[in-house]
Amino acid sequence: MSNFRIKGAGRLTPARTARFTFDGRIYTALEGDTVASALLANGVHLMGRSFKYHRPRGILTAGPEEPNALLDVSRDAARRQPNVRASVQDVFDGAIIRSQNRWPFLSFDIGAFNNLLSAFFPAGFYYKTFMWPREAWAKLYEPIIRRAAGLGVAPKEADPDHYANRFAHCDVLVAGAGAAGLAAALSAAKTGAEVILVDERAEVGGALLFDTATTIDGKPGYDWAQDVFQQLKAMPNVRVLTRTTVFGYYNHNFLGLVERVTDHLANPDPSLPRERLWQVRARKVVLATGAIERHMVFANNDRPGIMLASAARLYLNHYGVAVGSKVGVYTAHDSAYEAAIDLKRAGVDVVAIVDCRAKPGEAVVSAARSLGIEVLTGYSVIDTGGRLRISSMTVARNGSSNNRKIPVDALLMSGGWTPSVHLFSQSRGKLKFDAASERFLPDVHVQDCVSVGACNGTDDLNALLSEAAAAGGGEFSVSGEVAFAWTGGMIGAAEGAGKDKIVKAFVDFQHDVTAKDIRLAVREGMHSIEHIKRFTTNGMASDQGKLSNMHGLAIAAEMLGKEIPQVGLTTFRAPYTPVTYGTLIAHSRGDLFDPARKTPLHAELVKQGAEFEDVGNWKRAWYFPRRGEDMHAAVNRECRTAREVAGIFDASTLGKIEVVGPDAAKFLNLMYTNAWDNLKPGKCRYGIMTREDGFVYDDGVVGRLSEDRFHVTTTTGGAPRVLHHMEDYLQTEFPDLKVWLTSTTEQWAVIAVQGPKAREIIAPLVEGLDLSNEAFPHMSVAECTVMGVPARLFRVSFTGEIGFEVNVPADYGAAVWKAIWERGQALGACLYGTETMHVLRAEKGYIIVGQDTDGTVTPDDAGYGWAVSKKKTDFVGIRGLKRPDLMREGRKQLVGLLTTDPTEVLEEGGQIVENPNQVKPMTMLGHVTSAYWSENLGRSIAIGLVANGRARMGETLYVPMKDRTIAVEVTDMVFFDKEGGRIHG
Amino acid sequence: MAELATRTLPLAGAYGGSATVQLQAARPAERISLRARAEAVEALSVALGLSLPTAPKTSATAGGRTALWLGPDEWLVIDEGDGGLMQAAAAASGAVHSATDVSHRNTAILVSGPGAANALNAGCPLDLSLKAFPVGACARTLFGKIEVVLLRTGTDAFRLECWRSFSDYAFGLLAEAARDAEA
Repeated sequence: MSNFRIKGAGRLTPARTARFTFDGRIYTALEGDTVASALLANGVHLMGRSFKYHRPRGILTAGPEEPNALLDVSRDAARRQPNVRASVQDVFDGAIIRSQNRWPFLSFDIGAFNNLLSAFFPAGFYYKTFMWPREAWAKLYEPIIRRAAGLGVAPKEADPDHYANRFAHCDVLVAGAGAAGLAAALSAAKTGAEVILVDERAEVGGALLFDTATTIDGKPGYDWAQDVFQQLKAMPNVRVLTRTTVFGYYNHNFLGLVERVTDHLANPDPSLPRERLWQVRARKVVLATGAIERHMVFANNDRPGIMLASAARLYLNHYGVAVGSKVGVYTAHDSAYEAAIDLKRAGVDVVAIVDCRAKPGEAVVSAARSLGIEVLTGYSVIDTGGRLRISSMTVARNGSSNNRKIPVDALLMSGGWTPSVHLFSQSRGKLKFDAASERFLPDVHVQDCVSVGACNGTDDLNALLSEAAAAGGGEFSVSGEVAFAWTGGMIGAAEGAGKDKIVKAFVDFQHDVTAKDIRLAVREGMHSIEHIKRFTTNGMASDQGKLSNMHGLAIAAEMLGKEIPQVGLTTFRAPYTPVTYGTLIAHSRGDLFDPARKTPLHAELVKQGAEFEDVGNWKRAWYFPRRGEDMHAAVNRECRTAREVAGIFDASTLGKIEVVGPDAAKFLNLMYTNAWDNLKPGKCRYGIMTREDGFVYDDGVVGRLSEDRFHVTTTTGGAPRVLHHMEDYLQTEFPDLKVWLTSTTEQWAVIAVQGPKAREIIAPLVEGLDLSNEAFPHMSVAECTVMGVPARLFRVSFTGEIGFEVNVPADYGAAVWKAIWERGQALGACLYGTETMHVLRAEKGYIIVGQDTDGTVTPDDAGYGWAVSKKKTDFVGIRGLKRPDLMREGRKQLVGLLTTDPTEVLEEGGQIVENPNQVKPMTMLGHVTSAYWSENLGRSIAIGLVANGRARMGETLYVPMKDRTIAVEVTDMVFFDKEGGRIHG
Repeated sequence: MAELATRTLPLAGAYGGSATVQLQAARPAERISLRARAEAVEALSVALGLSLPTAPKTSATAGGRTALWLGPDEWLVIDEGDGGLMQAAAAASGAVHSATDVSHRNTAILVSGPGAANALNAGCPLDLSLKAFPVGACARTLFGKIEVVLLRTGTDAFRLECWRSFSDYAFGLLAEAARDAEA
């Protein structure tokens, strides 16, 4: 195992080591290493296989733009994350790291066979090949593509870590803590502003981490950066977040940040979140996001050992790692010379700098030559050799066919720098192409933000520092000095990209898109960059084309014979770098995924053995099985007992709205189809609410407590939307009415007691009210006292039996429930849940809005035409109900359905037809909306919507099922106690 | 004569908090939702014994009663003393209004300590700095997935009011957030 760590180089402490495994082999790293620097220090370049051709790939970059070195990093079986970029993941002691997208080994991968067949996988291959035969898509092509595509494998275990969320506000948010970001943050902080400074790396400094030749304030750039960092950290108005990425820039200066809290730690404190999501609203945003170096596009530019020049410089100057022992450089930009110079000075053999420009910056060239480095200007690298690692580069003078093969074990490249305008573009800022420097730069800022430094195209250090200080708003100045002013840069294919068909000059490493693919896309008729992108998938990988977009654009523009701005630019979308789902979900897991609403009686229901069902967010008692009972038996018993003795039911979730004010009755007249002004205090009425279009929206009983106070009930699920619906009309259509709405759903615990013995059960607990039929008949309401507590008592029924609904303030609910149950038990009553409630109401033909109605049912369709006032001149829905289609004959109407075989229970949703022998597709008359076994009737019952249903009484219709056809008779909807005498006791 | 009903509080037994955040279920209190137009504010203020606030995000406290401005015609009035809010409001004869008892609809969690604002900001998107949300400030806002009314009762102390069925969720989220309130 070779060691490429150079003594005395870099900033890591040699004594502090960490051990990790890569594909099963143990390696030693230094604390502070990234996975990439640690592997490079051990001489490992081969880190993955490419997506499509399975070509061996090494580390290409030293930052978030890494397209190749995507690894699977784990702590243990459950803490495993695929597709981690080796260049940003810190090594920690005990890390288990595996390569991806290879089988059986990284060095011998069967999938690499694709590489030999690449002539058969041109751009657009998927679109062309898998079109036919159509049937093969689902069974053959998709499974094969799915297995072959994708890089890492998602973990199967639940994630044991937790994640946090924090909302924050600040005056100035600075994205990026390089020279520009630090200057801007310090300037802003000195004004007393609340500042948040964010940087994705473990340490601040940005380019100063690799650029050791620059001084600021007379200090080496890195030292200056750390000094400013310490200053900022000590200020109470500044929050510095390192290892934190601004991944999204949204409307109104709202930004999404992800802070990686524990991923770099060997033994993280389990109380710490793994990652923290910051959702920040900033008054002003300073974008100091820097620039990303581009690669050169030439033949076989993807072999392990080929990397960006600035990356090699960072590995050397920060991590103390030489990326090779025989290094070549291929560049179109002066910055690569500084990498060569640093390596040479560190004792690494730099065999040649190949510069495709005829006239690079004179100063860098002479500095390189004075160190004895061969500089070939006007030359290109036209090919490389090697399999799992580069072994040679072939260079040629531009335009010449003579070439020379130079042995190398690493090749650094630089095509110049692309300003990082991702966040700026996400903010909807408009870019402008600067033809001279061949780059897109921020032009129009549409939010309160400003771009400074390299991302703004400001190349000169002192211009950058003063621009940044000014953006911070403070009176602060700083100056610096660089070793060399950089010039140069190119976009598009270099000489070595070749025009011939078999050359693989990669533009997009992660998606294996070559210059040839982009040319092919243009030849096949793709003229818009959006089409070229989708046809070739250039820039569509998880690195979002940080390296490839500009090259792809330039190659397409050249082919099309257009200027770059005419070809356009694809959209930059959030997130800037991938964000784990755990972070976005943050606290919303387990019990906190969604609120589970429990009634005040919940604990009692649990004690009494209830099974629960979810109704919206509510947990409602479904049925109360006794020992040995299944659901069916329990519900049958509950149904029978409720009608024979009495049943007790938790109705607390029923929506309740208190409507108060002198215009309360007037308002309800407008909201419901029936009339309310003639309802006397102390009385209740069943109301139907329609929408503007005339269809049933909700229903419920409304009690009038006094002239100006109504107690409105809604369906459980309808409570919030009915309140909003009413409030909406009140504020927008009827703002003159003096009436107010207050949700009281949760103020009251509601205990329904239904059945022949209902009165006997509650009577001893009620004070100050005569419960007799004469004094308190069906549809009465009264304020009274129950067990010493002020209560509202309703004489209402959803079962057809004599019934009461006892409303007591919620905190007293449990005590009153216990007392009622004690009485009920003694008299032979039962507890019942929502299932029995459904059966009992269906026996009486009472509808459930949302089950028997579906938003296309009018009150008349539902058999509730009587509830629509003929006298009122206005209510919401009055005009909708007069539409011809709602008034025509033959509409679907709710009717009862009785199966010929009484033991057969229909399936809800079953379709109803007149003639089961007709040719498919059959003419459907409607469908079954409710169907139950009725123990009280000893047979099945059902309700359904049937075209012209009320005119079909006695007709036999059919419900075709998969394996048989069920005959049903159309009846009226009331199956039990048709005369309705029981309800009056 | 039936036995008297006893109270069962929604957050009975709730437990949580951290070194920097104390969480406590508030004692039962009397509450009304008060709705009225501008012309009734003075009479209602007299009847309730405090000046109903009329500026957004403000509250007024007097004699154990606090009125929280929730909207141009809406207040939440909390009485932690002897109560009688419904009767007091009813005494404002002639002032057209709606007073509805919501004592049991709401419950409250007291959040205090140096990490209180951070814990709340795990789910509440408001700026809770003292500059933007001083002592006495209040707002109907979001906490995670639920609606809450937040009142700052001290530099490091808040009262979070929510509907009773959401209190388990609110307490659970606060308890989790309290563990991450230092940074």
